[in-house]
Amino acid sequence: MLKTNRREALKFLSAGALAASAGSGLFVGIARADGKRIAMVVKNLGNSYFDACSNGAMEAAKAAGGFEIIYTAPTKATAEDQIAVIDSLIAQKVDGIIVSSNDANALVPAGKKAMDRGIKVISFDSAIAKEGRIMHLNASSTPLIGAKQVQMIAKTLGGKGEVAILSAASTMTNQNSWIEAMKEEWKKPEYAEMPLVATVYGDDQDDKSYREMQGLVKAYPNLKGVISPTTIGIRAGAKAIMDGGLVGKVFITGLGLPSEMKEAVLAGACDTFAIWNPVDYGYASTQIMINILNGAEAGPGSTVSMGRMGETKVGDDGEAAMGEPFVFDKSNVEKFAAIF
Amino acid sequence: MNDTSPSIATKRQPVADKAPWSLADFVLRWESILVLLLIAVVIGNTWRSPYFLDIYNLSDATQNFAEKAIVALPMALLILVREIDLSVAAIIALASLMTGLAAQAGVPAPLLFLVGPLVGMACGLFNGTLVTRIGLPSIVVTIGTMSLFRGIAQVVLGDQVIATYPSGYTDYGQSYLIKWPPLYLSFIIFLVLAVVFALVLHRTAFGRKLYAIGNNPVAARFSGIPVERIRFWLFVLTGLLAGLAAALLTARIGSTRPNIALGWELEIITMVILGGVSIAGGSGTIHGVMLAVFIIGLIIFGLSLLNVPGIVISVLLGTLLILSLAAPLLLRRLLRR
Repeated sequence: MLKTNRREALKFLSAGALAASAGSGLFVGIARADGKRIAMVVKNLGNSYFDACSNGAMEAAKAAGGFEIIYTAPTKATAEDQIAVIDSLIAQKVDGIIVSSNDANALVPAGKKAMDRGIKVISFDSAIAKEGRIMHLNASSTPLIGAKQVQMIAKTLGGKGEVAILSAASTMTNQNSWIEAMKEEWKKPEYAEMPLVATVYGDDQDDKSYREMQGLVKAYPNLKGVISPTTIGIRAGAKAIMDGGLVGKVFITGLGLPSEMKEAVLAGACDTFAIWNPVDYGYASTQIMINILNGAEAGPGSTVSMGRMGETKVGDDGEAAMGEPFVFDKSNVEKFAAIF
Repeated sequence: MNDTSPSIATKRQPVADKAPWSLADFVLRWESILVLLLIAVVIGNTWRSPYFLDIYNLSDATQNFAEKAIVALPMALLILVREIDLSVAAIIALASLMTGLAAQAGVPAPLLFLVGPLVGMACGLFNGTLVTRIGLPSIVVTIGTMSLFRGIAQVVLGDQVIATYPSGYTDYGQSYLIKWPPLYLSFIIFLVLAVVFALVLHRTAFGRKLYAIGNNPVAARFSGIPVERIRFWLFVLTGLLAGLAAALLTARIGSTRPNIALGWELEIITMVILGGVSIAGGSGTIHGVMLAVFIIGLIIFGLSLLNVPGIVISVLLGTLLILSLAAPLLLRRLLRR
């Protein structure tokens, strides 16, 4: 009895194993004859932001011709799983790897190993530390992000009216450096009739940001515009405007996600807001990789081409910026809300 | 009343120490099935990818499962004696954190390797005390300590990272210890430990005691086996080797985050179960676990070479595990009908 069971189990298992190994044939990539292979390794799969990046990567590869994109990521957003993915790409001897890293330092050995074996490595979105990649492409830069937000509110208000800033926590380095950049832009004469009246902090919590927004409106009756350089602040602020019946009186702008801002834009609480466009971001990163594989220099101090996104200069730290943030308004928010 | 006793005496049967060796039994053992499975995996991978049978690639692949495999060995013993430790991945996180703090405090490279095992041992002592002295079920205790140990790492680290490890430490995790054949430290440690575990479990009286406990802890207790003491030290051993895995993993990636080794406890237990160790205790072998380690490691590596998404790999491994556990049971039922 038991023997029969075991024999049956054995057949069952070995058949299963063969089926599994044969089944894996389904996943073999497209012909890799003479084309070069570029892998885009993101933080984790099932993230629509990165899916949008990969669409940009495909676009760049298609335009260049002769390049194949392998879009992959670990199941869990941990460094060790991402290293395993990169190891398998090194084993396949791909030509280039573009990474959004789960851990800047943990990926350095993997990046070094790849570069030792002649594979070009760059990072985007979330950097690998300097020693583990050729260069890192930032979506934007502090001065560009700061300036863009002031320009957006000035356009909405026609350059006239009191403006306040609704930031995250007062200790957040990103937001603070963007606010500094905004103040720099504010010094220009065209903003003379658009004074900055207050800066408040919502601590990146929805309820606190909401209350700070209500407080601003009460404290400054002539307030016309609010800049919120944080995705949580801008969505909470927009909700406070809509809930308080202030649509048309006070406008909010800043950095937001299309999926979270769609309602506010369509209701009119927000005229424009900005953030980087992931399709462009994936495109620009891949374009840089293609240029590197074609022999272009991308070390500190060099200038690299990003195809339709223009050119960028690599700083001494090996980092470059793609460009100014991408602006969303009524015309395009619904399309991008489906993506991220 | 006494007239039955002579018949008992005369009907006494000799009992052999072992069942007689038979080819059929040998071929149909669980381990034999695993060997076939491993061969199928190797053939399948070689057939699908030209990059699979490359000594350097295979060696690199061992890095991604050797640390888990080290923990799978003591876990097999724990499951054998009807216990389980779900906190091993959390122990790794805590041990890695302590190693990081020690590195920041300037502890020199060779000593850093000791921090992880020591912390792991302390965690194991804690688990073992709660289970064997207080008498709580191990699954409940280790679900609790899983949150506790990783929670401590999360509280201390916040969203910070410790990445200040001396190169004298990280080199051990990142470069070959032996140049030819190219072998990493973690894989060598796994092989040595596997041999030691196999010898102890299958060739010593202590090993027989573990099976006795797993088959019937009450009977084992009455036979004079110190059941609770053995279980206690197995928890300590599991903690110790989880700490060793933490030391190796931290050296390899040179960085400590609160999410380090997230979800490893399930991957480790999968290795043990696929290796043929019964979750009910009392049966299983170390060579079975070793085979399962290689099967899982090479399936993951092979499918990654084909750029199969990790989620799909998880689905395939889960299916393999369920099939391998359910097939014999289902077939037995079908045949009984």
